Amino acid sequence: MTAKRAKKRFLALWGWPMVLGVLTGIGLVCALFSDGGFGDLLSGICLGSVTAVGLWFSLVRSR
Amino acid sequence: MQSHTIKIWAWVHKWSSLICTIFMLLLCLTGLPLIFHHEIGHLLGTEVEAPAMPEDTPHASLDKVLELARAQHPDRIVQFVSKSDETDDIWYVTMTHTPANTDDFRTVIVDARSTELLAPQLRFDEGFMWVMFKLHVDLFAGLPGKLFLGFMGLLLLVAIVSGVVLYAPFMRKLDFGTVRRDRTARVKWLDLHNLLGIVTLVWLFVVGATGMINTWADLVIKYWQHDQLSSVLAPYQGQPTVAAAERAPVQQSLDAALRQVPGSKLSFIAFPGTSYSSPHHNTVFLRGDEPLTSKLLHPVLVDAKTSAVTAAPQIPWYLTALLVSQPLHFGDYGGRAMQIIWALLDIASIFVLGTGLYLWRRKGRTAAKPAALITSPQEATP
Repeated sequence: MTAKRAKKRFLALWGWPMVLGVLTGIGLVCALFSDGGFGDLLSGICLGSVTAVGLWFSLVRSR
Repeated sequence: MQSHTIKIWAWVHKWSSLICTIFMLLLCLTGLPLIFHHEIGHLLGTEVEAPAMPEDTPHASLDKVLELARAQHPDRIVQFVSKSDETDDIWYVTMTHTPANTDDFRTVIVDARSTELLAPQLRFDEGFMWVMFKLHVDLFAGLPGKLFLGFMGLLLLVAIVSGVVLYAPFMRKLDFGTVRRDRTARVKWLDLHNLLGIVTLVWLFVVGATGMINTWADLVIKYWQHDQLSSVLAPYQGQPTVAAAERAPVQQSLDAALRQVPGSKLSFIAFPGTSYSSPHHNTVFLRGDEPLTSKLLHPVLVDAKTSAVTAAPQIPWYLTALLVSQPLHFGDYGGRAMQIIWALLDIASIFVLGTGLYLWRRKGRTAAKPAALITSPQEATP
């Protein structure tokens, strides 16, 4: 298997999980540095996106 | 990944999950109302609000507040007096029969400006929220219950890590988010388990790990007292707990502490002989006024007789870790949106636990095999 193909397969498997993990991490940390400000907003967007992905694939998308 | 390796990880995942699942279901279910404890408290009338007054209304002496509280419960002593995060205008006076840790406490709530009694003997040790709280924190079993739940938290972390390892062989030939609804119920629930497991992965790991750290709070504080306060308290060795009659006004302790750490706000004062203080001090726990420093505490030990500051030690890394763990576990630091997200992710975690249990129950002879072990991904399930 070429390195390029291996990378493609790795990203196909882990790409979305990594994006969701990073978004969750940013969402959890940035609100610690904010009190009703931009950090809370960014946190809401990041964690909200992760939650929305879960809801979309589990409830909305038919297949 | 080799099939032997997969089998080992599957064994680790199965047993770490099976042992902790029932407790994790309990923690997720009891945690759900706790996310909204302020809102529920308002509905149940257990949250007290201070009446509106001009903003610059001066505050009365803390000793006057304490006198009022003691008059409500002459048979009890004051363990703590605290301010909430939300307002500076209310004092919460925690009163017990003993200076030791106990669930038998009454809280007297007093307006800090008018010293009006807002709630003479509010009880937090009864009712629905108390049951939820105790089941969530220690299963009504005190420190052993806490440590037991902490161990279950550790098993959850093992289950999460092994679950991530197993995600690869199960999802290798499937697109992200695939839920094969037209296949057997078992395939559908397996896909949902994998999907919601990977979506909630980092959140559940952080909430699980911080929850586990929180179960060690009592021990961490005891260790800190032993580790850092022993030398500070050496000159007091052999002296009994300062008698109530010998104590200087508590307001003087508070003022001395606030002078010691300018720009800080009061979180709570632990009285002499109680678990967060020494037998000789009012320990004043201050917090910063920045978003992050407001979560951290700065203890100031003030001699209860002389009101002189004995020490204002910087808290060590392990107490900082404990204090930062609390908001990360409670989800109370990002407003209403965060509370709702916390609740949704909590419900998603209940699904992950429930589907995991279902998959184990339905395993029988038709066990699911990861796509890596078989020829076609379509045959990945019975």
